[in-house]
Amino acid sequence: MSEEILEFTQHLINGIALGSIYALIALGYTMVYGILQLINFAHSEVYMIGAFATYYGARWFGLLDRPGISTFVLLLVFAMICCAALGVLIERLAYRPLRNAPRLNALITAIGVSLFLQYTGQIVFGADPKVFPTLIEDAALASFHGVSIRSFDVAIFGVTLFFMIALSYLIQGTKIGKAMRAVSANRTVASLMGIDANRVITFTFVVGSALAAVGAVLVGMKYPKIDPLMGTLFGLKAFVAAVLGGIGNLPGAVVGGLIMGLCEEMVVGYISSTYRDAFAFSILILILFFRPAGLLGKATQEKV
Amino acid sequence: MNALLEARNVTMQFGGLKAVDDFNLQLQAGELVGLIGPNGAGKTTVFNILTGVYKPTSGSVHLGGACLNPLRPHEISRLGISRTFQNIRLFRELNVLDNVLIASSQHAQHGMFASMLRLPKHYREEGRLRENARRLLEIFELDTKAKAEAGSLPYGEQRKLEIVRALATEPKVLLLDEPAAGMNHRETEDLMNTIARIRRDFKLTVLLIEHDMKLVMGICERILVLDHGVTISQGTPQFIRRDPKVIAAYLGTDFNSADGGLNHA
Amino acid sequence: MTSRMLKSWLSPLIAFVGMLVIGVVLDQFFNQYVQLIILFACTNIILALSLNLVNGFTGQFSIGHAVFMAIGAYVSAYLSLRPEIFGVKFTMFPEAIDYLNYLVYAVCGGLVAAAAGWVVGLPSLRLRGDYLAIVTLGFSEIIRVILLNTQAVGGARGLFGIPRPDALALGPLTLSPFLVMYVLASFWVVLTFLVLWRLIHSVHGRAFLSVREDEIAAQAMGINTTQVKVRAFVISSFFAGVAGSIFAHSANYLNPSTFGFTKSVDVIIMIVLGGMGSLSGSVVAALFITFLPEFVLRPLQEYTHIDFRMVIYSITLVLFMVLRPKGLFGSREISDIARSLRGERSADERAS
Repeated sequence: MSEEILEFTQHLINGIALGSIYALIALGYTMVYGILQLINFAHSEVYMIGAFATYYGARWFGLLDRPGISTFVLLLVFAMICCAALGVLIERLAYRPLRNAPRLNALITAIGVSLFLQYTGQIVFGADPKVFPTLIEDAALASFHGVSIRSFDVAIFGVTLFFMIALSYLIQGTKIGKAMRAVSANRTVASLMGIDANRVITFTFVVGSALAAVGAVLVGMKYPKIDPLMGTLFGLKAFVAAVLGGIGNLPGAVVGGLIMGLCEEMVVGYISSTYRDAFAFSILILILFFRPAGLLGKATQEKV
Repeated sequence: MNALLEARNVTMQFGGLKAVDDFNLQLQAGELVGLIGPNGAGKTTVFNILTGVYKPTSGSVHLGGACLNPLRPHEISRLGISRTFQNIRLFRELNVLDNVLIASSQHAQHGMFASMLRLPKHYREEGRLRENARRLLEIFELDTKAKAEAGSLPYGEQRKLEIVRALATEPKVLLLDEPAAGMNHRETEDLMNTIARIRRDFKLTVLLIEHDMKLVMGICERILVLDHGVTISQGTPQFIRRDPKVIAAYLGTDFNSADGGLNHA
Repeated sequence: MTSRMLKSWLSPLIAFVGMLVIGVVLDQFFNQYVQLIILFACTNIILALSLNLVNGFTGQFSIGHAVFMAIGAYVSAYLSLRPEIFGVKFTMFPEAIDYLNYLVYAVCGGLVAAAAGWVVGLPSLRLRGDYLAIVTLGFSEIIRVILLNTQAVGGARGLFGIPRPDALALGPLTLSPFLVMYVLASFWVVLTFLVLWRLIHSVHGRAFLSVREDEIAAQAMGINTTQVKVRAFVISSFFAGVAGSIFAHSANYLNPSTFGFTKSVDVIIMIVLGGMGSLSGSVVAALFITFLPEFVLRPLQEYTHIDFRMVIYSITLVLFMVLRPKGLFGSREISDIARSLRGERSADERAS
C-alpha cells in the first residue's frame, strides 16, 4: 500500500473512533432536546464529571495499576451511575421548576448550571489537568500493511456500538421507550393518555447522562488528560454534531457525530490542527444554511 | 369585469393530504363574500394562501391583475390584503394602541434617522398615526382601553382588536377569520353592523370565514362552501341554504342545531 | 414642534453632564484600579444595551455577542497601533485633539463589527431559536480561533501596548488620561442609550417588538421581519464593536480568550438580570455584574483563597431564573417604576 492510502486509512480509523464518541454525547443532547426542547448545556459538564468519577473511582477501589477488562467494566459502570445521578439531580433542581416557563429561561438556566459545575469543579478538583488512569493496555491487536488496529480503537468501536444497539432497542422495543417517544411527540397528549411525563423525563436524563459517562471514559482512555473545563469545547462540538444531524433525531446524532469526528481528523491530518475547532463550526453553519433543520431533521411549519 | 382578488386553480398539498383542491375565487371590488364549510374543510388554508403564509402547490393568486405568488406575506399586506387570525395572534404583551400602530407603520412617512434625531417630522408623523389609530379604536369602542395590554383584554375585545389592527394597514381586501367566534348573540349582532359599516366607510372588499350561519347569511352577498378542500357549492345565501350538497356536507355537525343553524337564519 | 425637538436633547445632556461630574470625583479621589473598573463598567453597559436590542426587544437569541466586541476591539487597537495604515497618516487630527482619533477608531471598530453582525444576521432569516443561538456561538468561536492564529494581532500571546489617550490640556485645566478616556466612554454610553431608546419609542422600533411578539402576525401587518431582524443584528453589533474599542484602549492589552463564550454569557446574564426589554434594567444590571466580582467577590477570594466568583455568578443566574424569571424590571423602565410608585401615568402617554 502506498504511503498516502496508509495515512488516509489511519486518519479514517481515528476519525470514526472520535466520531463515535461525539455521537454518544450527541445522543444525550438530542434525547433531552427531543423531549424538553431544551439545549442541555450542562450535559458537557455531566461528561466532565464522568471522567472525574472514573479518576477518583480508580483511586477509591484501588484499581489504579490494574488494567484489564474487569477494571474497565467496573469503572465504566461506576461513572455511569454517578453521571445518571447527577443528571437526575440537575433535572430535579434546576429544570423541573421551569417546566412551564418560557424556553429562553430554561436555556439560561442550563447555561447557569453548566457554569456552576465547571467552576465548582475547578474548586473541588483543582484547575490543573489530571492524568486519567489506565483502564486497559493499549496494544496493537493486528496490523495490515502498516495500518495498525489498536485495542483502544476496538474498545471504542465495540463499546459505542454496544450502547447504540442497546439504546435503539430501549427506544424501539421497550415500554418506557414507547413512552419516551410519546412524550417527545406531544407531552400534553402523552400525559392525557396516562403517561407520567415527569418519570419519562427523569429516565431520559438517566440514559443521556449515562451515555455521557461512557463517552467520558472512552475519551479519557484515548486522550488521558482531564480537567474541569474539558467538557466545554468537547460538549459544544458534540452538540454541534447533534444539530448537524437534526436535533431531536437519534440516528441524526450518530450521523452528525461521525461527520464531525471524520472532518476534524481530516482537518488535523491534512490542513492544520490550529483550525480544527473553527472548521467544526464552519461545517455546522454551512449545513444549516442549506438545511435549516439539520441533515435528518424535518422542517416544521408553524400552524397559523 | 375584472376581479379585484382572484384565485386560479389553487391546490395546496401537505404531504399526502390535499388541504385545498382546485380552488377558484373571484372577488369583485366592494363585495362581501362568505367562506363556509365544516371543520377542517380548508378555509383557513385558503386565507393562508391568499396572504402568502403558504405558497400553493399549484395555481396562482392575483390582486388587481398582479400575481401574488412570488411575494412574501409583508409585501402582500402592503399591496392591500389584510387579515385577522382564527386563533387570535395579537402582540399580546404590547398595549392596544401599539398593536394598531405597528400595523399602520407601513404608512409612516419618516425614516429611522428622523426618529433618531427627533426631527419635527418624527413628532408630526407619530402624532398622525396615533390619531388614526385612536379613530379606528373608537369605531370598535376600544379607545378607552388604548393603554391596556392586548393579551389582558376579554376574548371578544381581542377579536375586535384584531379587526382594528387589520384595518390600520389600510387594506383594499379584508379577510376575516371567524370574527364572531366566542361572542354571544348581542355581540355578534353588533359585530355584523360594525362590519357592514366599516365596509361602507372604508370601501372594503371582504372575505369572511364564519361558523355563525346567522352572521354569514345575514350580511354576505355570496357564499362559497368548502368541504375537504373542494368547493362544493357557491351562490346567494338563499341558494346555499337549499343546496342538498351543502346540507349533506353539514350532516352530523351543528348545521341544524338551534344555535347558528342554517334553518334559523 | 421645534421646542419639543430641543427639549428631547435635554435629558441626554443632563445624563452626560452627570456622568462627567462622577468622572471628576473618580479622577480626584479614586485609584487607578477603581478607574479601570469604571471604564469596564461603561463597556459592559454598552454591551448589555446593545444585546438587549437583539435578545430582549427583537426576541432573537444570540449567545455570541462577545465576538462583535472582539472585532471592534481588535480593529480599533490595530488602527491605533498602525497609524500609517491605508498608506496615509490615519491619525486625522493633530495631537492637541488626539482624543478625536479615538472616536474615529471606535466608529471603524463599530462598522466592521456591524458588517459581521450583518453576516450573522443573515442566517437568522431562516433559522429559529436554538438553531440561531448555536450559529451565533459557532461564529464567535470561528472568529476567536482566527484571532488566536493571526500573528499580525499578536495571536495567542495577545496584543500589547495599545495606546490610550494622553492627558489633555484645556487652557488652565488639564484632563488626566483617565478622564479623557472616561469622557469618550460616557459619550458612547449616553449615545447608545439614546439611540436605542429613541428607536424603541418610534414606529421603527415597534416593528422590532412585533417580531418578538408574533412573527407571522407581524408579517401579515406589513412588517418586513427579515429586514427588522438583520437591522437589529447590525445596530446591536455596531455598538458592541464600539464597546470593544473602549475596552481595548482602557485595558491596553487584548487577548482572544477574553472574548470567549464566558464573556457572551456575562452579557446575557446582565440583560436577564435587568430584564429583557428594559434599557435602564440593562444599565443597572451591567453595573451590578461589573462591581460584584471586583468589589465584593475579589476581596472574598483574597480572604478565602478560593475563586468563588463564577460559582456565585452561576448560582445567582439559576436562582434568578427560578425565582424571578422576568429579571429586576421585566420589560419596564426605571422611569415607569418611579412613576407607578408615585401613581402617575405611564411613559407611553407622553408622546415619546
